[in-house]
Amino acid sequence: MVTEHPEHDHICWGCGQHHPHAPHTLRVEGLSAGYGAQVALENVSFEAACGHTMALIGPNGAGKSTLLNTLAGLIRPMAGTILWNGKPLREHKHEIAYVPQRNEVDWRFPLTVRELVEMGRYPALGAWKAFSVHDREIVERALEAMKLTALCDRQIGALSGGQQQRVFLARALAQEAHILLLDEPFTGLDVPGMEALARLLRELAAEGRLLIAGHHDLTSAPAIFDKALLLHRRAVAFGDTKDVLTPELLTPLFGAATPHLPTAR
Amino acid sequence: MMHDFLQFLQEPLAQRSLWTCAVIGFANGYVSALVVLRKSALQIGTISCALLPGMALAILLFGLSVLSVLLGAVFAGLMVGLGSLFVSRTGRTSQDTALSVLHTTAFAVGYIILVQLGLQQKVDDWLFGSIMSMGDSELLISYTTAALAVLLLTAFRRPLLMTLFDPRAAQTMGIPVRAIHYGGFALIILVLVSSLQAVGAFLTIGLLVAPAATLCLLTDRTNTIFWGSGLLGGGGSVLAFFLSYPLGWHLGACIALVLGAAFLLAYLFSPKYGVLRKR
Repeated sequence: MVTEHPEHDHICWGCGQHHPHAPHTLRVEGLSAGYGAQVALENVSFEAACGHTMALIGPNGAGKSTLLNTLAGLIRPMAGTILWNGKPLREHKHEIAYVPQRNEVDWRFPLTVRELVEMGRYPALGAWKAFSVHDREIVERALEAMKLTALCDRQIGALSGGQQQRVFLARALAQEAHILLLDEPFTGLDVPGMEALARLLRELAAEGRLLIAGHHDLTSAPAIFDKALLLHRRAVAFGDTKDVLTPELLTPLFGAATPHLPTAR
Repeated sequence: MMHDFLQFLQEPLAQRSLWTCAVIGFANGYVSALVVLRKSALQIGTISCALLPGMALAILLFGLSVLSVLLGAVFAGLMVGLGSLFVSRTGRTSQDTALSVLHTTAFAVGYIILVQLGLQQKVDDWLFGSIMSMGDSELLISYTTAALAVLLLTAFRRPLLMTLFDPRAAQTMGIPVRAIHYGGFALIILVLVSSLQAVGAFLTIGLLVAPAATLCLLTDRTNTIFWGSGLLGGGGSVLAFFLSYPLGWHLGACIALVLGAAFLLAYLFSPKYGVLRKR
């Protein structure tokens, strides 16, 4: 697996396309969304290319999950557009993989690791089509990439926290999705687990995916994500993580809770 | 005694009952996998008691017929289910509290109406079931519902499991999560109502929960849980049939007893998750 971070020169996994000059881009323009009449997100715009890891940062209730849910298509936007390579993202449903928070699912559910990863083939197969050799191969590759091959026949509850996070990532890989939306993926992991996951996310991005994650830990963000969107109902700042996470921008949002950030790299 | 029993088995009525046991047991067992994986065992228990007033009202309004009873039951089930949701949304009461109050009240209303109508015997049949007294049309409805339930749950297994396990990801993959959720619920109510006559409102809960509860202790394969629960439900009901006659015990009660015993055995001795398994 590639570990360096080539800006625009990579082969997109899945589609196998080499596209040195025209990266896949996600363009969000004037996006407003919320629940019922409650507006949680107002006029948010940004543009992100594949190959990046992007953090959504903001205080509680700033609209991080609303933005993730809107991108995932779980909430209909009130205004604005979401474009993937110039076309509405809604027309590319298979391009998005949603990775839930670990505590959102019941780990006692009778599923094996492989069965969970196989679920990623649903957009390609639908309810009835049988698994082809090609589908099986993709599932095996996804398991292998996430180092889960040895565990593939275990019930999912038998996995550790880091492995549980990886099995969701494997499902996203099996889906061959370009955009991975992750809801607070680092919650509840210990330090080695966090570091391993951070490395993994960067590798996945380097292979040509766009990873967008809600993230609440300001201190660890610069080491994990290369792009950041600072949210407070509106987009306060967007750009390289080190430029966004500055005391000038953070203090008005987090107040006294602003942690001491590691100085710019 | 044994001779009596063998002679009894020769009778068409006995054979018909035996078949009904097997079919209803299998269908309920199969659907129990959905009930257990959906974690709605308690909810189903409450709703099944709430069916009574619907049946009572339907009889009062449209007379005693299979169809009116069924529709009344489905209507009451939905009213109590949705009513509790409405009360909890608009007031300060939580949904399970509202459900408890509504279903006991509904049950009381239904009971009073049915006794006033002079249908005490029917009440007993609906509460505890009576396979022997099932008419042809009731059997037909039971069998059709059983076939429909098994067919639907098998055909839509893939999106169903994804919805049950991880509804948000399922929705992003284009699965109509809400439709599957309501559809599954409606199917459970339908099976519940159609087997009411056979096993009764109280005992059918056992048949709609215990088989899958047992299988979940034995395996982690969803496919095995569905088909295994069906076989356990069907097999258990047939076994109960053979026990109930010689012992003179109530058939519905015997079914619940056999399935309860199976669950207890799995809870204790399951090689996978039993509490007494060798570690």
